[in-house]
Amino acid sequence: MLRVHFLYWEGCPSHEEALRRLRQAIQEEGVDASVEVVRVDTEEDARRLRFVGSPTLLVEGEDVAPAPGLPYRLTCRAYVLEDGRISPLPSLDQIRSALRRARAAQGTPNR
Amino acid sequence: MANLKIGDPAIPFRLPGVDGREHALEDYRDREAVVVIFSCNHCPYVRAWEDRMVAIQRDYAPRGVQFLVISSNDPAQYPEDSFDRMQERAREKGYNFPYLFDETQEVARAYGAQRTPEVFVFDRQRRLRYHGAIDDNYEDPNRVGHHYLREALEAVLAGGEPQVSQTPPVGCTIKWRPQQAAAQAG
Repeated sequence: MLRVHFLYWEGCPSHEEALRRLRQAIQEEGVDASVEVVRVDTEEDARRLRFVGSPTLLVEGEDVAPAPGLPYRLTCRAYVLEDGRISPLPSLDQIRSALRRARAAQGTPNR
Repeated sequence: MANLKIGDPAIPFRLPGVDGREHALEDYRDREAVVVIFSCNHCPYVRAWEDRMVAIQRDYAPRGVQFLVISSNDPAQYPEDSFDRMQERAREKGYNFPYLFDETQEVARAYGAQRTPEVFVFDRQRRLRYHGAIDDNYEDPNRVGHHYLREALEAVLAGGEPQVSQTPPVGCTIKWRPQQAAAQAG
């Protein structure tokens, strides 16, 4: 089973859509996954949880779109999509790719 | 909730722009419509929409529409929203409108703006005719169903009322200075 953490801050409006997209990706990939939803409320929480912005999706501890160097803080996160556009949400394909990478790392064959 | 209701007059302001000049609402008295947008550098919603802001200003400038885009964020908390970085962003993205720095946050507070981006459309008499989001799809400009800002401008330029006059602004919260944050909370 894959462990997925979904971290969000209420100050960004799209976290519900991001969570819906995560669940869709899990379903479409046929992955056995547990999703823990974590609400980040304070700057102290952000530093403790190494939270670089809302939403942040970790699959087996790996960010679905690694962005090294970002500060830990309460903010909305910018994702660079496959076509170069900026979005407040990771794309479905980015989430699916992260799930496949994690499954491959566990030695579970991808569908 | 914005302080302005539909039909209310615009609140005057004078702010420094990234072009090194001061810009006042009054400077644009000859325009058919003025669009005030609270914005910033760091917010991904702004970054998703900013090309559309440039495109809409380009399309409507010949018809007398003037955008005035204001960043009110506290750069002490968000250094990417500093005045220097605002100047860089305006150059990089080819902003074709004044990009103004509301350092004291008084303009955002007066308007009751809460989000970036948050749009206020004023007609020829500088009465508020639309308040809210630019359109209904921040993610994909090719999948926009309702072009709220464009539709509001078409209505205002025709001397009418927008069919949709208010939508919830969608974006990041304005980053208030600590004392302003306390005032907002109180």
